[in-house]
Amino acid sequence: MLESYIKNRLKEKEILLMTHIVIGYPSFEDSFRIIEEMVKAGVDLMELQIPFSEPMADGPVILSANQKSLAYGTKVAKCMEFAKKVSKTFNIPFLFMSYYNILYKYGLKDFTSFMKDAGIHGAIVPDLPHEEACDYLKAMEACNLNPIMLFSPNTPKDRLKAIASYAKGFIYCVARKGVTGSSTSFSDEFEAYVNRCRKETDLPLAIGFGVKEKRDIDFLRGKADIAIIGTAIIKLIEQKGIEHIKEFIESLTVASTKQNSS
Amino acid sequence: MKTRGYFNGFGGAYIPEILVETFKELENAFLDVKDDPLFWNEYKTVLSTYSCRPTPVTFAENLTRYFNGARIYIKREDLNHTGAHKANNVIGQGLLVKRMGKKRVIAETGAGQHGVATATMAAKFGFKCTIYMGEVDMERQRPNVFWMEKLGAEVIPVTEGTRILKDAINEAFRDWVANMDTTHYVLGTACGPHPFPEMVTYFQSIIGKEARKQIIKITNKLPSRVYACVGGGSNAMGIFSGFFDDPVELIGVEAGGRGLESGRHAARLSSTDASIGIAQGYKTYFLQDSDGQMKKTHSVAAGLDYVGVSPILADLKEKGRVRFESATDKEVIDAMSLTIKKEGLIPALESAHAFVQAFKDAPKLDKDDVILINQSGRGDKDIFTIADAFSDPGWKEFIIKKAKEYNA
Ligand SMILES: Cc1ncc(COP(=O)(O)O)c(C=O)c1O
Repeated sequence: MLESYIKNRLKEKEILLMTHIVIGYPSFEDSFRIIEEMVKAGVDLMELQIPFSEPMADGPVILSANQKSLAYGTKVAKCMEFAKKVSKTFNIPFLFMSYYNILYKYGLKDFTSFMKDAGIHGAIVPDLPHEEACDYLKAMEACNLNPIMLFSPNTPKDRLKAIASYAKGFIYCVARKGVTGSSTSFSDEFEAYVNRCRKETDLPLAIGFGVKEKRDIDFLRGKADIAIIGTAIIKLIEQKGIEHIKEFIESLTVASTKQNSS
Repeated sequence: MKTRGYFNGFGGAYIPEILVETFKELENAFLDVKDDPLFWNEYKTVLSTYSCRPTPVTFAENLTRYFNGARIYIKREDLNHTGAHKANNVIGQGLLVKRMGKKRVIAETGAGQHGVATATMAAKFGFKCTIYMGEVDMERQRPNVFWMEKLGAEVIPVTEGTRILKDAINEAFRDWVANMDTTHYVLGTACGPHPFPEMVTYFQSIIGKEARKQIIKITNKLPSRVYACVGGGSNAMGIFSGFFDDPVELIGVEAGGRGLESGRHAARLSSTDASIGIAQGYKTYFLQDSDGQMKKTHSVAAGLDYVGVSPILADLKEKGRVRFESATDKEVIDAMSLTIKKEGLIPALESAHAFVQAFKDAPKLDKDDVILINQSGRGDKDIFTIADAFSDPGWKEFIIKKAKEYNA
């Protein structure tokens, strides 16, 4: 169970780290190496984005990674096989992230049964509010998978409650307005938002959008359960190379092991 | 939201959570004005004093004689201020923005007509304005870029994806998710998440309301057929909606580009190349591959060069209420050329698609039949494209001379 995995892990670490890749960018081989580095660095879970031609919620860096992967000829079927291989190789939970059309065209039932076989734990679909998600939620439920639902800072209380009732595993709290990539100023206002989220669910809370450095993670420690890093690592790979991932991730999580008895 | 905006399974609102409240607010504002008879009067007043509503219906006497069949009439949306039906939707949404108290508008544009209309509305109502336009479209509709900038709008070139209309829509959404508190997104066609398809249709329905009355007054009868070009579907929904309850055949004409068999077209409902999918916030027929990735489209007319189509039209297609045809780039240039020569009217390249199909049908119809074509816009904006299509020597000479002047 994803939720219990996260909660158990939180007994040892103050905050968990979820990282993200766009499958097939810069190449399938590199995608594999990136994941390998991330797992070595102690990442707790990962989202694997199946590229889509119209990634509406993504900012320039992830958008461009989607487009480049597609331009190199990435196909959904190959992404699925890749995910299967990865989840059989590495011992952390993997999630799919994509836009609804990818799942819809693949066929929801086929998609979810593939996920189940492949050992993928859940999915994040940012353009699918629960009102449109009836078929998706049924298909996920039938395969015992975790639909990761999203909260946003302007979601009213009643709606947070409604969303939480469909969610499993954890909740993805979008840290701010805007698309992925640009920075977020984590503030008191943000803390109030996280508290609002906590009131409506017992599921772990993951914070994403704009988390990019140690300072952000330090701020989130004690407030959120999972920090999500996406764009920052793609930029790092583009600017410095895959071999720097481990060092970067380790620098983020320094001091995040719980200090037991001293 | 109060409803999800479905038309027999097409439509919906597939939006990121961060926009849900904004759409709720928009839907409420729209429902308020729809129920308010004073609003429609205010809307008509602005359009009749700031633009040229009601636009006339013109009898195309020479074309009628030329084709020797049905009597051809033309609804003159080209006579709107800024030169296209886009003004109707934009003024409607502008009045809504005032009611919502927002201070900034953004829009996507393909042909540039919607961008110019939005920039004009923003100038008049005192809003800040940003227009997203694909790089490819900026090239082919340069005069409209000039006017948008002169009107005070910031025009942002979209360099992502296929660099045309759909990519401009994505960028407008990306702006909106960051700035929705101050900003309204004036979507330019009857597409996108609910309530846009319904709302844009509502504002454009003024075309059909007028046209029905006018054609009956002039000809004493209903037309047998009504023709409109279909990009996203707003001018078509506008004129068709006046005739839904009548025994009138409705024909939507899509961009056939280089021909349906070439694969280089934007025919979603008149070809077998499109399939149902979800993108840009709504469910409809898209030109996409079997993975669900959107394909590259092609049309000589930037305003029709789009992967999706109004969910309301997708429904009407399945119900058999609207017939869909396509016109190739070449047919479009020929129909435009003929219309200019015979009637002294210059339809936009988009609008000329509707003329193509009407010209194919007219000779086969009875002399008593009346057909009505929606001339959605005027062709001045297309001067560069049209001059190229005609390979006009005088124009080329002029451009070369002008370029030399700038280089001097
Ligand atoms: C003159 C004109 N006609 C038609 C269209 C196509 O849009 P729609 O199908 O929404 O009417 C455009 C779009 O730019 C246009 O400028």
